[in-house]
Amino acid sequence: MKKVLITMMALTLSLSTLAGCSTKAPGDPAKTPVAAGKAKYAIIVKNTGNPYNEKEMEGYKKAIAEIGGETILKAPDQPTAEAQIQMIQELIAQKVVSIAIAANDPDALQPALKKAMDAGIKVISLDSAVNAQSRLVHVNQADPNAIGRVEIETIAKMIGGKGEIAILSATSQATNQNSWITVMKKTLEDPKYKDIKLVKVAYGDDLRDKSVSETEALLKTYPNLKGIVAPSTVAVAAAAKVLTDKGLKGKVQLTGLGLPSEMADYITSGVSTAVHLWNPMDVGYLAGYASDALVKGTITGKAGDKFKAGTLGEKTVITVGDGTEIMLGDPFEFNAGNIEQWKTVY
Amino acid sequence: MSMKQRIIIDKRQTTLKSFFFQWEWLLILIFIIMTLVNGALTPFYLNANNLIGATMTFLDKAFIVLPMAFVIILADIDISVASTVALSSVIMAVLYNSGMPMGLAMIVCLLVGTLCGFINGILVVKFKELSSIIITLATMIIFRGIAYIILKDQASGKFPEWFNFLGWGYVGVVPLILIVFIICAVIFTFILTKTAFGRRVYAIGSNPVASRFTGIKVDKIKVIVFTLTGLMAGITALFLTSRMGSTRPNIATGYELDIITMVVLGGISTAGGKGRIYGAIIAVFLIGFLKYGLGLFNVPAQVLLIIIGLLLIIAVMIPNLKLKKIKLRR
Amino acid sequence: MAEKVVLKKTFGKMNVGKLRELGMIGFIIIIAIFVQMRNPRFLTLENINDLIKNAAILSILAVGMMMVMITRGIDLSIGATLALSGMIASLTVSVNPNMSPIIAIGIGIGVGTLCGAVVGGLVSKGGIYPIIATLGMMSVYRGLTFLASKGKWISAQQMPVSFKAIATSPIFGINTLIFIAIIIYIISYYFINHTRTGRKIYAVGSNPESARVSGINNNRILFMVYTIMGALSGLAGVLWVSKFASAQGDTASGYELTVIAACVLGGVNSAGGSGTISGILIGSLLIGILNNALPLINVSPFWQQAIQGGIILTAVIVNTIVKRRVDKNNLSRRQI
Repeated sequence: MKKVLITMMALTLSLSTLAGCSTKAPGDPAKTPVAAGKAKYAIIVKNTGNPYNEKEMEGYKKAIAEIGGETILKAPDQPTAEAQIQMIQELIAQKVVSIAIAANDPDALQPALKKAMDAGIKVISLDSAVNAQSRLVHVNQADPNAIGRVEIETIAKMIGGKGEIAILSATSQATNQNSWITVMKKTLEDPKYKDIKLVKVAYGDDLRDKSVSETEALLKTYPNLKGIVAPSTVAVAAAAKVLTDKGLKGKVQLTGLGLPSEMADYITSGVSTAVHLWNPMDVGYLAGYASDALVKGTITGKAGDKFKAGTLGEKTVITVGDGTEIMLGDPFEFNAGNIEQWKTVY
Repeated sequence: MSMKQRIIIDKRQTTLKSFFFQWEWLLILIFIIMTLVNGALTPFYLNANNLIGATMTFLDKAFIVLPMAFVIILADIDISVASTVALSSVIMAVLYNSGMPMGLAMIVCLLVGTLCGFINGILVVKFKELSSIIITLATMIIFRGIAYIILKDQASGKFPEWFNFLGWGYVGVVPLILIVFIICAVIFTFILTKTAFGRRVYAIGSNPVASRFTGIKVDKIKVIVFTLTGLMAGITALFLTSRMGSTRPNIATGYELDIITMVVLGGISTAGGKGRIYGAIIAVFLIGFLKYGLGLFNVPAQVLLIIIGLLLIIAVMIPNLKLKKIKLRR
Repeated sequence: MAEKVVLKKTFGKMNVGKLRELGMIGFIIIIAIFVQMRNPRFLTLENINDLIKNAAILSILAVGMMMVMITRGIDLSIGATLALSGMIASLTVSVNPNMSPIIAIGIGIGVGTLCGAVVGGLVSKGGIYPIIATLGMMSVYRGLTFLASKGKWISAQQMPVSFKAIATSPIFGINTLIFIAIIIYIISYYFINHTRTGRKIYAVGSNPESARVSGINNNRILFMVYTIMGALSGLAGVLWVSKFASAQGDTASGYELTVIAACVLGGVNSAGGSGTISGILIGSLLIGILNNALPLINVSPFWQQAIQGGIILTAVIVNTIVKRRVDKNNLSRRQI
C-alpha cells in the first residue's frame, strides 16, 4: 500500500511539471529565437552591491534604450563563476540576442558561453575579460599598457623618482589586475625608473579588512616604503584609510585606481594626491553599442571592424593577444583640481 | 486458555490521511505552487527542454545532498564538503596537466575526495569531545588551503573534449548528470531504507549511547558515512569541473550552505534520527527550480537570497505550528 | 579520606581549564617569539596596537557567540546582522551628518538587537534548531543589506568626521575600539559568572531537561542569548564600518566562521555547557596574531589559509588530548 502511494507521489511530482508544459508551452521548444516584442540584451556583472558594477549596468541600459531594445541586468550576490554560469543558462532559456559579461573567472565560463554562442547569442566581455575562445570581442576600459604606465608615472612623480614601492592588488586571479601588474613591472625596467624598486605585490582580495591588514603589514615589513600603487578601488580606499590613521600623509605616497566618491576625502586631505579611473558608465555604454553592432552584423569582432558607439563616436576593433578588443580610451586623472565635480557622479 | 488474543500493532496503520500529513507532501505542495507561480511569471519556464536542461545547473551539488542526509541523520554535520570538491578538482587538473591520462586523473579525483572524507570520519570518531562542526570547520580551512598551495592563483584546465560531456552532455533528451544523479539517488535511498546499515544510521542518530550498547559499531558506521560524503564530493568535483572546463582553488565556494539547506528543507532534522531521503531529493529540485524560475524572471540576486531564507524558515516552522495545534485540541 | 578525595577532584577540575588556557598562552608566546625573530617589528607598540585593534571587533563578537554556543546553539547569521546594522547606521549618518556618533552606535545596536530577537524568537518559541534558523535568517539579512544599500557603497566622504572617529579616536588614552571591547569583557565576565541569569545560561546548555525541571525558563534564556548576540553584532557593525570608513553589501561575508573558530580555540564546546571569558579572549587574540603575523614574516598568501586551518586543528586536538590525560589522572587518583 505504502509503495503504491509513494510511487503515486513521485508521479504527481513529475506530472505536475510536465502537465504544465504541454498546456502552456509557447509553441515548439527552442527552435528559432522568437523576437516577439523588443530584442533582449543582457549584461552580467561580477557581483551585486558594488557601485562600479552598478554604473556599468546603468551605462549599458542607457545604450540599449537608445537603440530600442530591452535590457536584462544580472548580478550574482557572490562573485563566483558558478553563479555566472547559472545566469548564462537562464539567459539562453530566455532567448536573449546578446550577452555582455564582466567575468569572475577568465576560463571557467568557456563551456557555458560556447553554448550561448552556439544558440546564436552574441557574446562579448567587458571590464574583466574571458578568454578569447569564449567571446567575440572584449570591451576594455583602457589600454592596459596605458593603465600600467600611468600608474608608474604617477607614483614616480609623487616619490621624487626613487625609493621602494609596493603594489596592493585585488584577488590574485583577476585578469585585469594581472595584466596591469605585468605592464607596471615592465615599465619599471625602463632605465629612467632605475632608482625605484618594487618590493612586493600584496593581495587584498577586494575585501576591506584584508586590504587594511595587508597595508599595515607592508608598512611594517618595509619601513623604507615610499609609495603604494593600488589598482583596485577597494584596495586604494583601504590603504588611504590606513595612511590617514597612521598619520603617514606625505611620508608614504599613494596612487591607484579609485572611485572619485570613495577617494574624495583622501584627495582633499592630500593623503593621495591623484588617482586614476575611467567612467564605468562609459564602459557599459560602449558594451551596449558593441553588442548591438554585433547583433545587427555591423561588426563581427574581427580586427579592423568599425562601428559607431552613440555619443562615444566611432570605435575600431583591434587585436590584442590572441583575441580582439575595443578600447574605451585613456585613464582619467582625479586630483584636487577636479574631485569636487566628480565625487557625486560615481 | 481463555486469554483474549491481544493484537499488538507493530506498524502504524497507513491511513490515507496520515499519509498525506507528511513533510514530503508539504514540499510537493510548495513545488506545485512554485511551478504555477513561475509559469505565470515567465513563459520561458514551462518549457520541457529548458526545465530538463535547468537540472544541469543545480544537480552538481545535489550529489553531496545524498550522503549529507545520512550525516545529518547521524546528528553530525560536515561543512568541509565544498573544500573537498575544490581540492579533488585541483589535484585532478594538476595531475592531468603533468601528463597523467584523464581517466586515471578522474579516478584520483574520486580517491582524493574519499580520502578527505575518511580523514573527517577518523577525526570525528577519535575525538568525540569535539563535535563534528568544529572538526569539519578546521578541515574545511585546511583542505581549501592545500588547494591554494597547489594552484596558487592559477587556473588549470585544458581538458580533453570528451570531458565536457560529463557536465553538459545529453543521453537522448536527458542530461547525463540527471541520469547519474537518479542512479545515485536510487542507491542511497535503497541503502537508507532497505538495508540494516540504514536502520543503524537512524538508530545512531536517535540515541548514540543506546546504539553502542546494542552492539552497533557506531564508529565504523560514522567513518563510512563521512567517507561516502567525501566520495560524492569527488563526483561533484568531476561534474563541476566539467561544467567549467577549468578549475581554481576557489571553486564551489558556499556550496556547503546550499547543500545543508537542501537537506534540512527536505525534512531531515539536525537533531538526528529523523527525516527521509525522499524529502531531501524533492528539496533539491524544489530549490533548484525555484532559483532557476526566478532567475528566468530576472529577480535580483539579493531578493532571491531573502526568498530562499524565508522559505527555509517557514517550511521548518509549519510542522511545529501544526503539532502545537494538534496538542491544543486534545 | 573522603574529604581528601573531594579536594583532589575539584583541584583536578580547576587544573583542566587552567591547563588548557595556559597551554594556549604558551602557544601564543612560542608563535610570538618565532615571528619576532623573523621580523623584529612584530613586538613593537605600534604593531601590537594594530593587532589588538583588529582583534577587538572579533573579540566582541566572540563574547556573544560563546553565550550562544554554551546553550548548545550556533549563530551563522552574525556576519549578515553586522553588515545590516552597519549599513543602516551609515545610511542614517550620511543623511544626517550632524547626528551624534552615540546615536549612530545606538541605531546599530538597535538594528542588531532586532535581528537577534527574531532569531531568538524562532529558536525559542518557534522551536527551530539554531543552525537552521540562523542559516535561513543569514540569507534574509544579507539580502536586506543589499536592498538597503541599493547597490551603492557608503564611502568615507559620506560619513561625518565624528562617525569615522569612533574607531580612530582615543578614550582615556587607549583606542576607542579597544576600550569598548574591554568594557564588554568586564560586563560579560560579571554577567556570566556572578549573576543568576548568567549561570542559568550554563545550566540550559549543560542539561536543558534538568534546567527546565529546576524552574528555569529555557525559552526566555535562549531568546535572551540570541538577542544579546544580535546586539553585539549590531555594535560590531557600527564599529566595523567606522573603522574601515566604508559600508558595503558584502561586508563581513563569512566572518561568522572566523568567530566560531575564535570560540573553539578558546575552549568553547559546541555540545554546550562550557566556555570561559578568558578562553575566548585568548582565542580571539590567537586569531588576531595569526592574521597579523603571517603577512609580517612574508608567508606566501597561498599558504596562509592552510597554516591557519592547521593551527586551529592542532590546537583543538592538543586541547582534547591534554584534557583526556588530565581526566584519566584524576580518575586514577580517586580512591574507592
